[in-house]
Order: sequence, then C-alpha cells, then structure tokens
Amino acid sequence: MALKHQPLTVKLAVIALAMFGFGFALVPLYDVFCDLTGLNGKTATTAATADAAQIDISREVVIEFIARPNKQMPWIFEPEVRRMTVHPGEIHIMNYLAENPTGRFIVGQAVPSVSPGQAALYFHKIECFCFTQQKLDAGKNMLMPLQFYVDPALPSQFSTITLSYTLYDVTNGWTESTAESTQLGE
Amino acid sequence: MSAAVTDHEHDHEHHDHKPSGIKRWLYTTNHKDIGTMYLVFALIMFFIGGAMAMVIRAELFQPGMQFVEPNFFNQMTTVHGLIMVFGAVMPAFTGLANWMIPMMIGAPDMALPRMNNWSFWILPFAFLILLISLFMPGGGPAFGWTFYAPLSTTYSGDSTALFVFSVHIMGISSIMGAINVIVTIFNLRAPGMTWMKMPLFVWTWLITAFLLIMVMPVLAGAVTMVLTDKYFGTSFFDAAGGGDPVLFQHIFWFFGHPEVYIMILPAFGIVSSIVPTFARKPLFGYASMVYATSSIAILSFLVWAHHMFTTGMPVAGALFFMYCTMLIAVPTGVKVFNWVATMWRGAMTFEVPMMFALAFIVLFTIGGFSGLMLAITPADFQYHDTYFVVAHFHYVLVTGAVFSIIAAAYYWLPKWTGFMYDEKLGQWHFWCSLISVNLLFFPMHFVGLAGMPRRIPDYALQFADFNAFISIGGFLFGASQLLFVWLVVKCARGGEKATAQVWEGAEGLEWEVPSPAPYHTFETPPHVK
Ligand code: HEM
Ligand SMILES: [Cu+2]
Repeated sequence: MALKHQPLTVKLAVIALAMFGFGFALVPLYDVFCDLTGLNGKTATTAATADAAQIDISREVVIEFIARPNKQMPWIFEPEVRRMTVHPGEIHIMNYLAENPTGRFIVGQAVPSVSPGQAALYFHKIECFCFTQQKLDAGKNMLMPLQFYVDPALPSQFSTITLSYTLYDVTNGWTESTAESTQLGE
Repeated sequence: MSAAVTDHEHDHEHHDHKPSGIKRWLYTTNHKDIGTMYLVFALIMFFIGGAMAMVIRAELFQPGMQFVEPNFFNQMTTVHGLIMVFGAVMPAFTGLANWMIPMMIGAPDMALPRMNNWSFWILPFAFLILLISLFMPGGGPAFGWTFYAPLSTTYSGDSTALFVFSVHIMGISSIMGAINVIVTIFNLRAPGMTWMKMPLFVWTWLITAFLLIMVMPVLAGAVTMVLTDKYFGTSFFDAAGGGDPVLFQHIFWFFGHPEVYIMILPAFGIVSSIVPTFARKPLFGYASMVYATSSIAILSFLVWAHHMFTTGMPVAGALFFMYCTMLIAVPTGVKVFNWVATMWRGAMTFEVPMMFALAFIVLFTIGGFSGLMLAITPADFQYHDTYFVVAHFHYVLVTGAVFSIIAAAYYWLPKWTGFMYDEKLGQWHFWCSLISVNLLFFPMHFVGLAGMPRRIPDYALQFADFNAFISIGGFLFGASQLLFVWLVVKCARGGEKATAQVWEGAEGLEWEVPSPAPYHTFETPPHVK
C-alpha cells in the first residue's frame, strides 16, 4: 500500500527541496538581473575606463550627492558640494570629507546607490573611495575623491541623478592583510 | 453463510473500535480524527489571534497611548498576523481537506496516514514556541508578519531565533500536508472518479497543495537567510556586506502572493460546493471553474512585486506587475459569474451555510475591487502601508477565507456529528457577524484613503471617530464568534438527527455515507458513474 505511493511522494519531496534551493538561487539571480538592468541602483564595483566618447555640451545633467554614515558609524562624512551640473561625457572629480572624531582607529566601507535605479548603468566611476575600505586613525580626517562621468547614452528622461553613499563601520572584519592600503588622502 | 455475515459485522465493529483517551488522538492515523484535531486547533488559534486583535483595537479605540507600549503593540500586530495566517486559516483548510477529500473521492483514508499524524502534531509545538517568545525579555517578534529586513535582522530582538524556528516547523507541516493531499488525490480516487468529475473542493485543494510545495520552501529559505544574517554574519540583506534589503521583499513576496491564494482557493472550492446545494442546481460552468482556478494559481507567481511598487522600479516593471495583477481579476470574475449563474432561477433556500456563502460572494468581491484599486501603481503610492491595505486584505481574508471556513463548518457539521446544528442560533451568529464585520472593516477604507498608516499604535486626531467606531465593530465581531463555539459544542452533544444526505439538494459521495460518518468509510471503493 505505502509502496504504491512512494514514487509520487518522493517526486513531490524533491520539488519541495528544489524550491528551497530556488529561494537561495534568487540571490545571485537578483544580482545578475540588477547588474543588467540597474534595477536596484547599484553602481559597478570596479573602475570604469575613461574612454568617454565625446562630450555632449548640448545637454546638462544635475548630479546630487548624498553622504550618510550608518547608525553605528561614528565618522563625520560629507560631500564637498551638494550638487553639480555636468555635461554627459565630461570627467569630474568630487571630494568627500571623512573625519574620525573618536579616540580609536576605524575602518569604513562606503556603499553607493544611484537613484533613479536605471541611471546607475550610465553613471561611471573611474576612481572611487568606495572600491576599497578606508582607514582613519583616531581624530584624523581626509578627503576621499571620486572621479566620474555620465554616459552620453543616458536616456533623455533622466535630468537629475542622485548618488548616495552610506558609510559602514567594518573595523570588526578588518585585518591588515585583507585591506590593500590606498593612496587617497591629500 | 450466516457465520460469514456475522463475521463481517464483527469485523466492522472491530474497525470502529479506537483507543480511548489521549492515546487515540496522539497516535491516530485516521483522517477524520486528524481533520477534527486540525479544525479544533484552528479554532483555538482563531481565538488566541483574535484576543490579540482585541488588544490592538482597544489601544486604537482612542488616540494617544492608553494600554500598551508601542513595542508590545507591534508584537501584537505581528503575532496576530502570523497566527491568523499560519495557525487559523491554513490549518482549518487542512482540517477540512483531511475530513472531506477522502470521502469526496471515495478513498478509505489519506494516502500517507502516518505522515498525516506528524504533520498535525508538530503544529502545536510551532505555535507554542511562537507564543512563548512573547514572554522573553525584549518581547516576541515585532517586525510585522512580513518580517522585512532589516527590521527582522539588524533591529530585531533575541526572540528572532524562536520565530525562525517556529516558521520552519509550520512550513514543514504544511509541506507534508500538501504532499499528502496530492498523493491521495492522484492515487486513491475511486474507480470512475475521473479528473473532471472531482468535486471542486478537491480540485481547488489539489491546486493549493501544488502552490504550497512550490512556495513554502521559499519562505523557509527567507527565514533561514534572516537567521544567518542576524546570527552568523552573512549579508543577504545587508548593504554593508554587499546585500540588498529589497531582495528580501522579492523573496518574501515570491512566497507571499501565492500564499494569499493558498488561503482563498480552497474557499472557492467550498463556495462552489455550497451554492449548488442550496440553489438545487448543478454548478454552472464546472470546467471553467477548474481552468479559472489553475490560471489564478499560475498567474499568482507573476504578480509579487505589486506589494513593492513603492520600493522604486522601472516603469516597464511597474506596468508588467500592474497588468498581470489586474489580469487575475478575470478568472476571479469568471468564478463570481459562475456562482451567480448557478443561483439564477434556482430553488434557493437560505440556511446558515448558504448565508455565509452568499456573504462570501459579495464581500470577497469588495475585497477584490479594493485589490484592483491597489494594483493601480500610481494609486498604490498613496494607498500603500495605510489602513486601505488593511481593509483590503481583511475583506478577502476574513469575509473571504474565514467566512468560507465557517460556511464549511455549518455545511458539514451534521455529517461530522450526526446532528443538525441549531439553525436559529446559526442565523444569529450569521447576522451578528455580518453586521459587525462590516462595521469593523469598511471604515478602514476611509481612514486609509485619508492617510492613516498601518501598524502604528497612535494616530492623528481626525481619525478618532472612525477608529472608535472600528473598535466597537471589532469587539462585536469578536463576541459574535463566541456564539459559534456555543453552537458547535451544542451540535456535537446532540440535537435533531441528521440524515445521510443532510441537505435536500446535496450531491456527492460524502452524502452517501451515513451521518455521523463512520470511523472508516469507503474501505471498498464505490463505483462512480
Ligand atoms: C483581484 C484580486 C486581488 C488583487 C488585485 C490584489 C491586490 C493587492 C495589492 C496590489 C496589494 C498590495 C497593497 C500594498 O501593500 O500597497 C495587496 C495586498 C494584500 N493582499 Fe491582495 N489582491 C487580490 C486578492 C487578494 C486575496 C484573494 C487575498 C487573500 C486571500 C489577498 C491578500 C492580501 C494581503 C494579505 C495583502 C497585504 C499584505 C501585507 O502587506 O501585509 N489579496 N493585494
Ligand atoms: Cu499580492
């Protein structure tokens, strides 16, 4: 009697297990999907090359800069300017101020997000302090540069792009070997 | 010759013999016993979850903070939601499936009776764990039944591990129950019970069971990720580590939307059984009902992001999810049309099951309409996370799913107990419930449209009158359900003897066995013509 039901029961249990796996497969699938579509406003985590085709002076795009330390992050973290008007294709440098007002050494990691999400695909960073972890000794400060350009292929419905950084305290997971030192401060 | 007959009779008596006391219930593999346990469990959970709703409505009776701390209020909304969804509605449907599916398809029992016993008995533990977590220092889960990250990861209390554990057990129980239903329906149909002769309750449950094994594991995955994010340093949903909190919502609603159909498809099956009986006409458009149910189930996988319009998405995405959501209204409309057409020129009578089924048709449709309003992306930006959403899902879940379960209980009680329930008391229960449920949920549409946010223990003064009104409706609705308990107890104890057919217009195998249904039915399969 029970044997009669075994094949179907096993098949259904396999479906259930496969769906459990599918739940986890959604994680990489989501990342790939977002990379392709820019859905979640994540920018590329590696440097873009500066081969900007040509500068489109007929068009202006407003870039707004937002910087915010995460709740647990004690650093002061601010953009040098709040907004900037650029022509697509033009390369710009923008500095962010970081200061560690505490009495201890802290490592930070900035995570960028672009809004509206799809514009993320057209916002290219040649150099960014967010590519690596940043270190500040007690009481020190530094300027962290960002070098970027807006792709001339940016669809015309976008006239303003907001770039927002959240800075996290990652001192806990940090060891000298994992973080390559970067030459950023001035 | 005569010896053979008595032997047979003796055999039968022997079969009906069951261990007495607690052991009967602990070890039982009988689908009727297990069905009863599921139903009683669901009823208890309905009252526990209901008590929490009373706390919520007491606090919201007046603006300002009166009775509870905000953190406790949040625990009440969270655990109320979890208990009603996973503890009341889903187990009640599983209980009905256990009782009725074998009898409806002419099977002697469920296909996997031992697993059946397990899938029930782990449930009380799941809810015990969840309820105990409320008494932990820092309190129980307070992040909403949807447990969005980072509320459930970064900002949640120590009880989160218990929450995760209890959801895992609930999930395992539902998956086992679903596998059992599918195997029973595939393998144990009586000869002649072809697919397109199966009662609609069986059909809708079959499709529900497939939804369950497709999405409950995804929920298990989601809670597992929350667990590892919180306790083991992963960053599925943590932007600092490269994750994304919006991903949580995608995974959750990939489960969540099919889940809401898990809670309504069996209700469609129940209403499709009751309406023909009391209209004394066969169901109009049987085949289209089957196809409509299947298409709703398939579409339910393509609409999840309608819960997430405000997270920001490309116009193309918003349009896709908006149109797919609206498309679901088409098969749903087919169903409503078929129920109305079944009643058209029928010789109708209005016993309690029919009253609840009729209320279901009207009020569920109202819930469907508010759903359509929410599906309009730009409008949802206004409605999202307000009491309008609360009104919507209570119309589909309380006057939808819960009313259908109550209707089913009235419809089959005489078959279960062998006695007719008290019709007069039942009518009282119906009218009290009908009026109070609308006092309770209808004004929520208005406060929602006016901007009152959900899951907030206090509110702006201009909502005071409506909220007092809503709370009174809530208390009345809660009190009305006590009538139901009284009625069920009374009916189990005795009353007018029920015939095998019970209802004049009832058709189907379950009405061919005597009332109360013997402990074992259809040990030799009937022949279905
Ligand atoms: C025509 C059918 C339906 C449509 C078009 C629809 C549409 C929607 C939409 C767009 C939302 C999201 C609102 C928001 O959060 O802003 C929603 C929420 C919800 N719906 Fe429906 N719905 C339908 C039927 C149902 C059914 C049948 C059920 C359950 C039996 C259901 C249960 C829910 C629940 C529980 C929520 C709220 C979830 C939460 O945020 O806690 N809906 N519905
Ligand atoms: Cu939905």
